[in-house]
Amino acid sequence: MNRKRKEQARVLSQRMIAPDIYDMWLETELAKEAKAGQFIGVYTKDASRLLLRPISICETDRDKNALRIVYRIAGKGTAEFATFGEGQSVEILGVLGNGFPVEEKKDKRVVLMGGGIGIPPMLELLKQLREAGTEAAMIAGYRDRQLFLKEDLEKYGKVYIATEDGSVGTKGNVLDVMRQEELTAQVIMACGPMPMLRAIKHFAKERQMEAYISLEERMACGVGACLGCVCKTTRKDHHSHVNNTRICTDGPVFDAREVDI
Amino acid sequence: MNTRVTIAGVEFKNPVMTASGTFGSGMEYSEFVDLNRLGAVVTKGVANVPWPGNPVPRVTETYGGMLNAIGLQNPGIDVFIERDIPFLKQFDTRIVVNVCGKSVEDYLEVVEKLGDADVDMLEINVSCPNVKEGAIAFGQKADCLFDITSQIKKKAKQPVVMKLSPNVTDIAEMARAAEAAGADGISLINTLTGMKIDIHKRTFALANRTGGLSGPAIKPVAVRMVYQASHAVKIPVIGMGGIANAEDAIEFLLAGASAVAVGAMNFVNPYTTVEIVEGIEQYMEKYGIKDISELIGGVRE
Ligand SMILES: Cc1cc2nc3c(=O)[nH]c(=O)nc-3n(C[C@H](O)[C@H](O)[C@H](O)COP(=O)(O)OP(=O)(O)OC[C@H]3O[C@@H](n4cnc5c(N)ncnc54)[C@H](O)[C@@H]3O)c2cc1C
Ligand SMILES: Cc1cc2nc3c(=O)[nH]c(=O)nc-3n(C[C@H](O)[C@H](O)[C@H](O)COP(=O)(O)O)c2cc1C
Ligand code: FES
Repeated sequence: MNRKRKEQARVLSQRMIAPDIYDMWLETELAKEAKAGQFIGVYTKDASRLLLRPISICETDRDKNALRIVYRIAGKGTAEFATFGEGQSVEILGVLGNGFPVEEKKDKRVVLMGGGIGIPPMLELLKQLREAGTEAAMIAGYRDRQLFLKEDLEKYGKVYIATEDGSVGTKGNVLDVMRQEELTAQVIMACGPMPMLRAIKHFAKERQMEAYISLEERMACGVGACLGCVCKTTRKDHHSHVNNTRICTDGPVFDAREVDI
Repeated sequence: MNTRVTIAGVEFKNPVMTASGTFGSGMEYSEFVDLNRLGAVVTKGVANVPWPGNPVPRVTETYGGMLNAIGLQNPGIDVFIERDIPFLKQFDTRIVVNVCGKSVEDYLEVVEKLGDADVDMLEINVSCPNVKEGAIAFGQKADCLFDITSQIKKKAKQPVVMKLSPNVTDIAEMARAAEAAGADGISLINTLTGMKIDIHKRTFALANRTGGLSGPAIKPVAVRMVYQASHAVKIPVIGMGGIANAEDAIEFLLAGASAVAVGAMNFVNPYTTVEIVEGIEQYMEKYGIKDISELIGGVRE
């Protein structure tokens, strides 16, 4: 079994790929253990900011011990990360969370949906599904024409684009693409803002599809000890014995039917 | 070199413990640290029945610290006895069970159920700022604290440590009330009540509005209170609040604590507890200290 640990990673490269969106490759042993949908906790260097910043694994290159994260500047911590240059060391905790059910669903027809900064984890997922022999379609929802990761995604599957302002692809959201392109699938795997995930949960229920959605919440420990990052569940949770589950350990990916969002 | 400390007749291999609520029942962090190295694992607060806790967001970062309003989510004492105690029994460390409740009866029920359990000590949380009903009142009024402590002492089979709130005017008075009621020890500090507002959204950062402040930001307050409390009573004191490394831990010992607990810093560096155990040994070696008791209350007046 892989053990979670805190490590010093090294920045291999970093560049801005859209306004306020950064693409960083880190050298770390954790790359070998990472599964699509899992995340790492990145620590800032400023001691006044204590807690880890949870960031999804966007891509891994096992042979090079390289792990890629793509993040948006959302506050002071991520703004600090954006200043990191090649060779700099970064403290990370990982690998955290459960990941998407790639092996379990490889014989199904799968469609992936990523919205905004929920797109990055879909890259590794699309890649791992392809390696498992599943050709999944990908729907990426952006705000406007500032697309990112599109070419990377296209290496591993058919990519549909939705933009809120209609400047590229379908005008609207990821589900509008589903309807407009008359796409069908047995399983949806998604990451994105809460309103999008809620809509996917209802969409999947109506059409009797399975949906696996990746949730976000404020975290303190990232390893299941503090009970900070819970989500309401439809059934009693195995660990907490109440209708609450820990996103950092039992998630961030959940069967949409099991969470009350 | 002797690092063992004895508190209320219970011997701990070293004075380093985990602070309740930051370490679960040890399962999660056992992936990072060898629990056999710790003086004790102090478990997350447990009540008579499962509690769902507060709505999210429950945690938020503040300058050099964090606010939490978990609301004492816990699986209830029955699950705890069946699952968590057997897990901890696999390790050569002491088990201190932190107990919470909304009424005196709740506390007594948990304490009674733990009577036959193989645990070393009880820590009674009368100081959680994040639960609406009662609880904190026990920790903020000396007569209430006296009353609940005496009732628990009548039922408890294990030594009882009362965990004190720092949200009081006179910590010495609270420490004396616990001692007078028969407590075997006291631990402090629990979190300081705080608040954070998101100026962009104009909302409270925590769903509960207020939360408990912990982490390095509170350390000087904690050291002061440990000093005052330990000078007010004869029973041993377990000190905590912002401990990040061995230097911090030694500061608490010198202020008068017989043992220390590490809370929020586990989240920042999961190896903190074990690094402190090692750091204390190095400090003792450096200054030629043969017995850790030389450090306890050892600040020069
Ligand atoms: C499982 C998971 C995966 C994530 N993956 C990505 C990703 O791949 N790319 C990306 O850009 N962002 C991702 N996020 C969101 C990212 O964690 C936050 O944007 C980031 O923590 C903000 O930190 P900050 O210091 O810049 O902001 P600040 O607002 O200054 O942070 C203050 C505190 O709030 C926390 N916080 C703020 N926003 C969030 C949020 N949305 N979710 C959780 N904690 C938050 C911070 O961690 C920190 O503790 C993910 C979140 C989760 C829970
Ligand atoms: C997330 C979190 C949960 C906590 N839960 C409990 C609890 O269940 N019972 C309790 O007595 N104290 C609880 N505390 C308080 C800590 O045990 C400790 O007294 C306090 O955090 C100060 O120490 P620190 O600064 O090292 O964290 C909790 C603290 C945190 C941060
Ligand atoms: S962040 Fe602590 S339990 Fe999830």
